[in-house]
Amino acid sequence: MFGYYFDLAIRSLKRNKVLTALMVLAIAVGIGASMTTLTVMHLLSGDPLPGKSATLFYPQVDPSTSPDPDHDHQPFDVLDYRSAMELWGAHRADRQTLVTSSSLRLTAPEVNLPPLMATMLSTTADFFPMFDVPFEYGGSWHAQDDEKRTRVAVISADLNRRLFGGANSVGRTLRLKNSDVRIVGVLASWRPSPLFYEVAGGRFASGETADFYAKPEDVYMPFASSLEVNDGGFQPFTCWHVPDAGAKLQNSPCVWVALWVQLGSAVKVSDYRRFIADYAAQQKALGRFVHADNTRLPSMMEWLDFNQVVPSDVRLQTWLAFAFLLICLFNTIGLLLAKFMRRAGEIGVRRALGATRRAVLAQCMVEAGLIGLLGGIGGWLLTMIGLWLVRRQPLVYADLVHLDAVMFLTIFVLAVLASMVAGLLPALRASRIAPGLQLKTL
Amino acid sequence: MQIKPVFVALRRHRLATLLIALEIALACAVLCNACFLIVTRVQQTRLDSGVDEAALATIKLTGYDSANAIDLNARIVSGLRTIPGMQAVSVINAVPFGDHMSTAGITLDAAGQHFGGVIDFYLADPVAFKALGLQLVAGRAPQAGDYQPMTAFLPNSADVVISRSLAEHLWPGADPLGKEFWCEKFHFRVAGVVAHLARPSAGEGGPGTIEWAAFTPVQPGPNLAGVYLLRADPRDLPRVLRDARAAIAKIAPDTVLDSQASQTISELRLRYFRQDRAMAGMLIGVIVALLLVTALGIVGLASFWVQQRRKQIGIRRAIGATRGDILHYFQTENFLIVTLGIVLGMLLAYALNLLLMTRYELPRLPLYYLPIGALALWLLGQLAVLGPALRAAAVPPVVATRSV
Repeated sequence: MFGYYFDLAIRSLKRNKVLTALMVLAIAVGIGASMTTLTVMHLLSGDPLPGKSATLFYPQVDPSTSPDPDHDHQPFDVLDYRSAMELWGAHRADRQTLVTSSSLRLTAPEVNLPPLMATMLSTTADFFPMFDVPFEYGGSWHAQDDEKRTRVAVISADLNRRLFGGANSVGRTLRLKNSDVRIVGVLASWRPSPLFYEVAGGRFASGETADFYAKPEDVYMPFASSLEVNDGGFQPFTCWHVPDAGAKLQNSPCVWVALWVQLGSAVKVSDYRRFIADYAAQQKALGRFVHADNTRLPSMMEWLDFNQVVPSDVRLQTWLAFAFLLICLFNTIGLLLAKFMRRAGEIGVRRALGATRRAVLAQCMVEAGLIGLLGGIGGWLLTMIGLWLVRRQPLVYADLVHLDAVMFLTIFVLAVLASMVAGLLPALRASRIAPGLQLKTL
Repeated sequence: MQIKPVFVALRRHRLATLLIALEIALACAVLCNACFLIVTRVQQTRLDSGVDEAALATIKLTGYDSANAIDLNARIVSGLRTIPGMQAVSVINAVPFGDHMSTAGITLDAAGQHFGGVIDFYLADPVAFKALGLQLVAGRAPQAGDYQPMTAFLPNSADVVISRSLAEHLWPGADPLGKEFWCEKFHFRVAGVVAHLARPSAGEGGPGTIEWAAFTPVQPGPNLAGVYLLRADPRDLPRVLRDARAAIAKIAPDTVLDSQASQTISELRLRYFRQDRAMAGMLIGVIVALLLVTALGIVGLASFWVQQRRKQIGIRRAIGATRGDILHYFQTENFLIVTLGIVLGMLLAYALNLLLMTRYELPRLPLYYLPIGALALWLLGQLAVLGPALRAAAVPPVVATRSV
């Protein structure tokens, strides 16, 4: 029966080409607009580490000693040096890593290129296995390198291409500021979305959070040795007191280091929660903390949600696009109604020859679905154009934008579903046509 | 023109009428709010930064050793001054639309109890005030004695010049001259007020805080180096900046030029607002597509109705209706449907605005957007129905006599 209805639908669509084209166009434009924004939304709001993010947590304590009058009781977004080092050094989680980013002058003595400013991530050996960072050549440094302050570095695929033309550069030397550092690993191309391990301060960004989707750093160094190499080059996230002139950042009342921990089970999570609460209480007893009760342990996705990582413009565009799709659907309902009612005579004959209401309904729905499918093809083309336009925008995440398989399927599912929903009302109307009345007017 | 028969006919097509009206209502709601968003964005990009943007450029250096900062400043200032066409070279910490440098929370009392907001300090040498071209509206410009050495990241005590916008925020309605504020132990007194002074970028609190800036006179030193303000005739500026960028390699080979940040202020401004412009462009695209789809819907349904009523039209023509009567019939019908849509649409537009206000910190939709939106949709409806209505008017009376 479906084949017959399909054939009927094609004949019907061919009969009034203008009306068919209008309907297909309306659906295509609506689908194109909404899928373009939905694809961007999907890419920006996704889980950067699927399957693993649930085991990653972001410990927070409150080192501030100022009794902030309008204290919203949310600890600082990152940690002060001492808390970070002590929590990390306790090794109470399955894996734990420190992260802080800075920039510094970089030259490669063996390569004839002008000095450039590179971004450097100061981190620890656990960073790479913890966040599934892929290596092209070599590998991570070892835990003892963190302790021994070894002058080693891992570089990004991008930097390796710029400096060494993509060749295996393990064992080569980089000059970072005034120190020589040996390359032990080169990353394969790696572009987490968002750059989750650096997300902080989203609540102060007024929705302009596009920078959370920036590219990862060029250089990765063991935390302790990077502090020596780029001494004075680190910037605080914020300070609860103005630091003394000339004081080292490590000793100043500032927060600038983030800590990530991996906790494999719910028991470990609650244990760790207790551990940081105990740590804060102990620090209060030592007179270092004032707000000891103010500790947090959000999971990665909770932390990303709290920071509202998806830029508000993107969210606004998505809303707008769906309002637009809704308008296109109303349009399609109206046009389908016109189309089906115009065929009242034909439907009357079918009913008189014994077709049930259900059969007429099915026939109309097949036709609506076919229009949706055609609209989906148009919508797919328009989505590709839309995404191409987004890629041309000066956005930090422009290079991330592409249509993946999930969104490709979503286009057609959404198009067919939307047109079937739009077709339901006109189809019901058509199936209620009284055969007698129609036959009389023939 | 009698409206009653039109009503009666519409009541026989309740569903189709309602669908078109709902489509118009949604279009009206989206149209009004999208237009309002565009206007809000465009207004933000029209910001008066208070400085002579066309005549200014900046150079930013990184990667130098802060122990050499004083020597670096001297080399850069004297080196860049020799470039033909250069009117002024100044040491400054930041420029409007550039990178944030000295951003700090201030309090209106020494004890730090009364929080005033997070503002940007422009720390600059004696050349900068004139080079920026700031427009003083009250008080005095910084004088030679005001430029003090700076041992920390702010001077211990300084007479500053603030923007009118910041003065209004800190002391609404009061005379700001002589007023004081603090950033912990650092103390500031307002010596002058300028009409406008944009900071590098707006902070927490949105675009309304873009002018929370204080011009702070200081002497360059280890804590103030690396960023330079260049002034030249607007016609020479691109060449002067190019020469300056090239000269850096010779004057200060030990530094790295931050290419992204070393631009004319006009270029930085363009970059600062590009996201707003892109958003406005996208909204215009949505509006055009929206109007197009709505018009297509009206054309489609009106064509259907015309075809369905060919016989009735023929009969009306046969018993004396003129072409004009038929044309007006369909125009009136469209007007009534669109009006119904607009009435619903205005309510919907307001509801949508309330939603945007809570979720996106958008101001309230000004009421005059509603009649403008209504007018646009009436016009669109009439344009869309014109084609089918003309076809209806062209139906010959002889149709009435056929196949009865």
